Amino acid sequence: MADGLTPSQTIGPFYWGSLVSGYRADLAPAGVAGERIELALTLYDADGAVVPDGLIEIWQANSHGRYNHPEDRRNLPLDTGFEGFGRASADTSGTARFATVRPGRVPWPEGGLQAPHINISIFARGVLNRLATRLYFEGDPALATDPVLKLVDPARRSTLLATCDAAGVWCLPIHLGGDRETVFFDC
Amino acid sequence: MAHDLYRRTPPGQHPPNRFDGYKSTASRSPTRPAVVLPQTLSEITGPLRRDERLGAQENDLTRQRMGEPLGERIVVHGRVVDEAGRPVPNALVEIWQCNAAGRYHHPGDQHDAPLDPNFYGGGRARADDNGAYRFVTIKPGAYPWGNHKNAWRPAHIHFSLFGPAFATRLITQMYFPNDPLLAYDPIYNSVPERARHRLQAAFDMDGTQPEWALAYEFDIVLRGRNATPMENGHG
Repeated sequence: MADGLTPSQTIGPFYWGSLVSGYRADLAPAGVAGERIELALTLYDADGAVVPDGLIEIWQANSHGRYNHPEDRRNLPLDTGFEGFGRASADTSGTARFATVRPGRVPWPEGGLQAPHINISIFARGVLNRLATRLYFEGDPALATDPVLKLVDPARRSTLLATCDAAGVWCLPIHLGGDRETVFFDC
Repeated sequence: MAHDLYRRTPPGQHPPNRFDGYKSTASRSPTRPAVVLPQTLSEITGPLRRDERLGAQENDLTRQRMGEPLGERIVVHGRVVDEAGRPVPNALVEIWQCNAAGRYHHPGDQHDAPLDPNFYGGGRARADDNGAYRFVTIKPGAYPWGNHKNAWRPAHIHFSLFGPAFATRLITQMYFPNDPLLAYDPIYNSVPERARHRLQAAFDMDGTQPEWALAYEFDIVLRGRNATPMENGHG
């Protein structure tokens, strides 16, 4: 049986409630260092209709730019109670909301630093493979030199930029297809 | 990419994003190629959920409610390993499924089949140091869905795994061996033919518990690491 990778399959529409309720969309309890931010990620299909049955996960470094993971061996502080993982399902308007801290910068393998970003996984009925993308913060001065954004067609970079709305929420529309299709990554 | 910690997946392992037999993929599949990203700390780290404390009954879906659910009690067990066969120790394994009648405990499921008050259909288990995990559940039923005329999903259990990194995240479905509905199911058949059988559990007579439950074995293979210069002899 174990003669190759286990193939991916869709999450389907009826993923178990506790797949979500057992997890946090509020990643940063009191005492965690950093600038508090809220995220609103909205899923759209190729026709522009909202996707109300998707599941979104985020993974990020803490405000010091440190990942809570053994592969990150740098001498930077870890925050008690901050893992950097969140999971939320989209509501009827296609939006999944998170509360967290703005991540710090993490290194690029060939030297230098990446712009602050949040890693995103998307699952939904009709999505056969996990879709991976990133959220960057519009207006961040580090965007200009970010090595990942340099890999992306300039005309499509804006699909990765969250914008801050009047209420201070960072909003990112994620288009699974269509003219405004989001940039997805093969990592 | 020379510095990638995890092996790049060759074609032929996973389904395409768009598969015409599975209608929902038409409007939910990107058409532009994914941008190939060198694996940075963002990709080689990921949630390990090491602090997550699992409840005593989370891996026994037959004991989460007041009474025993209806249906055929089964043991589903296996190992979480990487492509080299190395265990993924302490991996968190999440599953969800419909009941024996083919109905999910979910407000969106309106299939005309009974709900079972003793079965919610969700479980979690922590693999041991050898990557071995075990669930007790009931065999899920088949159910109709609107994809095409007389479409029925073969019995299946959904599995979710993080593995050691963001790059290894996987959600999949386990099927039962020799199910006649497999031949008609576009979700199963979206997987390239030579890889499909990896989604079928094996009937496991040795794991069967006499007078109590049949057993199925389902090993899960996640992306593995590239050989290091030491291991491939060039170091």
